[in-house]
Amino acid sequence: MSELTPAISKNSLILALFAISCTAAVAIVQLLTADRIEQQAQQKLIRQLNQVIQKDNHDNEMFLDCIVAPEDNNSDLLIDVIYRARLNNAPTAAAIKTVAPDGYSGNIELLIAINTDGSVSGVRTLMHKETPGLGDKIERRKSAWIDSFSGKKLLDDNDSRWAVIKDGGMFDQFTGATITPRAVVKTVRKTIEYFESNQERIFSTASNCGVYP
Amino acid sequence: MKINPEYKELAWQGLWKNNPGLVQLLGLCPLLAVTSTVVNALGLGIATLFVLICSNATVSAIRQWVPKEIRIPIFVLIIATFVTCVQLLMNAYTYDLYQSLGIFLPLIVTNCAIIGRAEAYASKNPIKQASFDGLMMGLGFLAVLLVLGAIREILGQGTLFDGANLFLGEWATQLKIEVYQLDSQFLLAILPPGAFITMGFLIAGKNAIDQKIAQAKPKKLEQAIERVRVNFES
Repeated sequence: MSELTPAISKNSLILALFAISCTAAVAIVQLLTADRIEQQAQQKLIRQLNQVIQKDNHDNEMFLDCIVAPEDNNSDLLIDVIYRARLNNAPTAAAIKTVAPDGYSGNIELLIAINTDGSVSGVRTLMHKETPGLGDKIERRKSAWIDSFSGKKLLDDNDSRWAVIKDGGMFDQFTGATITPRAVVKTVRKTIEYFESNQERIFSTASNCGVYP
Repeated sequence: MKINPEYKELAWQGLWKNNPGLVQLLGLCPLLAVTSTVVNALGLGIATLFVLICSNATVSAIRQWVPKEIRIPIFVLIIATFVTCVQLLMNAYTYDLYQSLGIFLPLIVTNCAIIGRAEAYASKNPIKQASFDGLMMGLGFLAVLLVLGAIREILGQGTLFDGANLFLGEWATQLKIEVYQLDSQFLLAILPPGAFITMGFLIAGKNAIDQKIAQAKPKKLEQAIERVRVNFES
């Protein structure tokens, strides 16, 4: 036993006591806030879903009626979750949470809702890292650009209108930022294609996402 | 009301003379990254202020029981605990603001201003003074955040208080002030380089004011000396 031993054991005891009490404090706060945090996340999801699918177009709880990462995905589209809207149990629209992988600075998370007739019901950007002031006009808060998808349809597989104006299409690009809207348009187009070829399966698969993902 | 000179000195140090943002240059990472709007700045500033007061008070309360050798890990533990609690509370009650502050909220742990105050002041002084020091340092930091946020938001977006609803609820949407209309935004102000440049101007401004005060002071000193001489002669 060295003469340092008492000091070491005393100090480690004090450190351990502090670690325990600090962890306990965090655990208590976590317990107190867990329900509320869950509720907030759920409300945010409901708000987002209601933004892309009109209230009179569904009467089910969309956030409970969903498929997580469907395996029947035959395109290279990255699908996170599909929420389904029904009116009197008949399918009316689906909101697909997906990712545009080719944004200017990485992934752009999108929520794309498509009606059963193949027209776009609404699109929202959930998360992105695009340049502030240029590419961030894909946020509804910054610009109404994202609304330009609403009501649009894909006419056939080679519909050349589904591109930004610079590429001969019908969607505006932003001054100084073409890559961002190009990535969004491309992903919305792919999502419609996926939806149209898998529509039956999308609505017949049993819900498997629990309360919310 | 008589103000205790000790508290007056603490306030003067925190808010101006030893301001954590402008003079100590501590916590620059969140300071520069988050201040693209006033609301973000306010959110981070208040979170930091809260953590600073709590950690200062706690560090001061336990100062007799903490051996010198292990004080730093214990301070870090305490600070991390408060930051995690603030993070959970903001997640629960100001969900959108929590999301827009992102990584910078947990990064308050690494804000050197906080551990700096714990080590330099709180660990040697009674709870009351330590808490007050935390309050003043926090307010000083918050003030710099707000000024920086306001300048960058006005220059970059032409607005003030954009997104106040993230913090205060839906009614606050009307707080947004459209200072002037911009067709294309002044990008530099929103991007990180703009933060550095604005910060540079703020520091320069503070130094200029200090210099003016210093230039005014020597005269007073001379007067004082003269008076002493007069007294001596008479």
